[in-house]
Amino acid sequence: MKTHRISVMLCGGTGCIASGSLKLRDAMVEEINKRGLQDEVNVVLTGCNGFCAQGPVMTIYPEDIFYQKVKVDDIPLIVEEHFIKGRPVEKLFYKEPVKKKIIPLMRDIPFFSLQVLRALRNKGLIDAEKIDEYIARDGYQAAAKAITQMTPEQIVDEMKRSGLRGRGGAGFSTGLKWELCAKVEGAQKYILCNGDEGDPGAFMDRSIMEADPHVLLEGMLIGAKAIGANKGFIYVRAEYPLAVQRLRIAIAQAKEYGLLGDNILGTDFCLDIEVYLGAGAFVCGEETALMRSIEGERGMPTPRPPFPAQKGLWGKPSVLNNVETYANIPMIILKGADWFRTMGTEKSAGTKVFALSGAINNIGLIEVPMGIPLRQIIYDIGGGIPRGRKFKAVQLGGPSGGCMPESLLDTPVTYEDIVQTGAIVGSGGMVVMDNFNCMVNVAKFFLEFTADESCGKCTPCRIGTTVMLDLLTKITEGKGREGDIELLQNLSQDITESSLCGLGQTAPNPVLTTIRYFRDEYESHINEKWCKTGVCKDLCTFYIDKEKCIGCGACARACPKKAVSGEKKKPHEIDQNMCIQCRVCYETCKFDSVKIGPRSMREELGKKEEKEQTTDADHQTVETA
Amino acid sequence: MPKLAADDLKKIKESYKSVFTIREGGQRATVTVHMGTSGIAAGARSVMLALLDEIHQSRVNDVIANASGSSGVSGKEPMATVEISGQEPVVYGGLDSESIKKIFREHVLNGSPVQQYIAARESEPSCESES
Repeated sequence: MKTHRISVMLCGGTGCIASGSLKLRDAMVEEINKRGLQDEVNVVLTGCNGFCAQGPVMTIYPEDIFYQKVKVDDIPLIVEEHFIKGRPVEKLFYKEPVKKKIIPLMRDIPFFSLQVLRALRNKGLIDAEKIDEYIARDGYQAAAKAITQMTPEQIVDEMKRSGLRGRGGAGFSTGLKWELCAKVEGAQKYILCNGDEGDPGAFMDRSIMEADPHVLLEGMLIGAKAIGANKGFIYVRAEYPLAVQRLRIAIAQAKEYGLLGDNILGTDFCLDIEVYLGAGAFVCGEETALMRSIEGERGMPTPRPPFPAQKGLWGKPSVLNNVETYANIPMIILKGADWFRTMGTEKSAGTKVFALSGAINNIGLIEVPMGIPLRQIIYDIGGGIPRGRKFKAVQLGGPSGGCMPESLLDTPVTYEDIVQTGAIVGSGGMVVMDNFNCMVNVAKFFLEFTADESCGKCTPCRIGTTVMLDLLTKITEGKGREGDIELLQNLSQDITESSLCGLGQTAPNPVLTTIRYFRDEYESHINEKWCKTGVCKDLCTFYIDKEKCIGCGACARACPKKAVSGEKKKPHEIDQNMCIQCRVCYETCKFDSVKIGPRSMREELGKKEEKEQTTDADHQTVETA
Repeated sequence: MPKLAADDLKKIKESYKSVFTIREGGQRATVTVHMGTSGIAAGARSVMLALLDEIHQSRVNDVIANASGSSGVSGKEPMATVEISGQEPVVYGGLDSESIKKIFREHVLNGSPVQQYIAARESEPSCESES
């Protein structure tokens, strides 16, 4: 192996590949060869770097220079200026969104510097398709320790002491789960991995599978030794082709090295792991449904008990853990439970990966110590809310979770604190919403999802979510009636109590939390037929505050229906008969002069306009509600 | 590929040390060749290539070769700075592919700076400093 002097870590996660990183790699390699630098520069396609919205991104070592939004045209410049002359290309540096400060080094960018990487410790540092690079980062040493030096009891004990809780959503103790299964007698047991990530806005597991597939295999090896399994399945949705491809490469490499298969590391311990593709049904993330799906049955949950630890896949004792859970395990075995507990809180030890998305400056994947306040995630790491808008809510835990308002932003992110608010930590989806979001609509969005994804096996979930969705749809269309809020709450309680699996039991959470924290929005939708954010088209009237309008004409130019008119530098007006409530004028106006009134104003203003036209009267200031 | 034993993992890790020194840092020494326009005109590229060759030949895995912009002292190009961790950087000037090899062997590997090429001992060299 020739010694290079520069490592180019080009992100090859799904996000950056979509924005063109494969073309960048080809252009980079070509340019490097052209300049005769092939022995000096090593171009590596890594897994997800995490800073997805800035993609394609790359980090150049040894300097730790971070380039974002790189284009093929920038490549000759990077090679010439940076690689040959040692002058990093400033125009590709990260620009901090609030203070507009330029930050050249990755370690100085708050998005990265405030994170604590454990499950993602190899992200952006290794070639995901080379087992040797994983081994070079202490890979498989924990598995070797567990297989050659530890008894199953010692592994279980270490896991229990670490306090690691399932990262998939429920937060059950991993050590306890393993102990239950280890104690069950049985010649055939299964170790399973849940990579069926289905929450809207969540991509934690996908990123781990793409960036560091071997960590998953190593975690499963340790789990298999602890419970006595010799066969494993990784259940991944088919919509994750890159993750599937990299997992398969990783499995083949591990087999060649004798780290999977028979007589692993020369011992009598054997484990075979297979990737099983799911068709993308949300319910298959539920453990019993997932097992039915692997068996070839329709993915539907079955009642518990018996628990999978006793009777799981094909009726045999099985353990199912989430991708991120497995990613935490090797370091616990290698560095010990006490090390793991140096981060996080008493009841929520370690770190958690979150997928930050929605109305936030820094969209991407982050890993933070548990117990960190939400505010720090959103403002310090996430860089706050873009376009000068205001924070309104953050949705945690996907369709099973809930919306938390501004007043709860100081809540520490732990399993026990978040659940108090009505949301859940869940698998780690974190969708930020600004003041342009209608919370009734948000609840409706999640209910649409769960009603659609309900497997239909039990009535409360199948019919209940549909009835709730109908009610929410009526409310957003202006057909809401008094008592609807209470009806939604009652239905929620019934569905939660009587559904068979987690999907139904948690489906009402987005509705319950939005009613709890944003009840006034439901009330104004129902009673005043007024969606104050202008999202529900049937419940709003856009008009211009003539006191504030300076006549810049921005809204008139943006309006797709040419419904805004007026003379330059004079207050403009919206023709209600032409307006389609697309909200573009409201979003365009920099002077806060486009206002949103209740539905009833539309008819009033419309009539007034007609009257004005017929009488040819002077413009009158419209009284606002 | 042969089946691994537990000890083989450490061997693989060791063989990748130089790669991960570049990515993770923790190097014992950094040699920075100044690659400004005048540096390149004076032959800084051949100094860099000689340095890389020497690093490769010597099989050390904890030394990083780096390129940077002009040092600001055009008269003494090509220049390079040797920074051994915990010690003050030493700036060398008037280099060629032979002298950088000598500096690498004597200063980086054996710890004794090569007096005849020293341009300055501070990180910010000045034109007046004696060699």
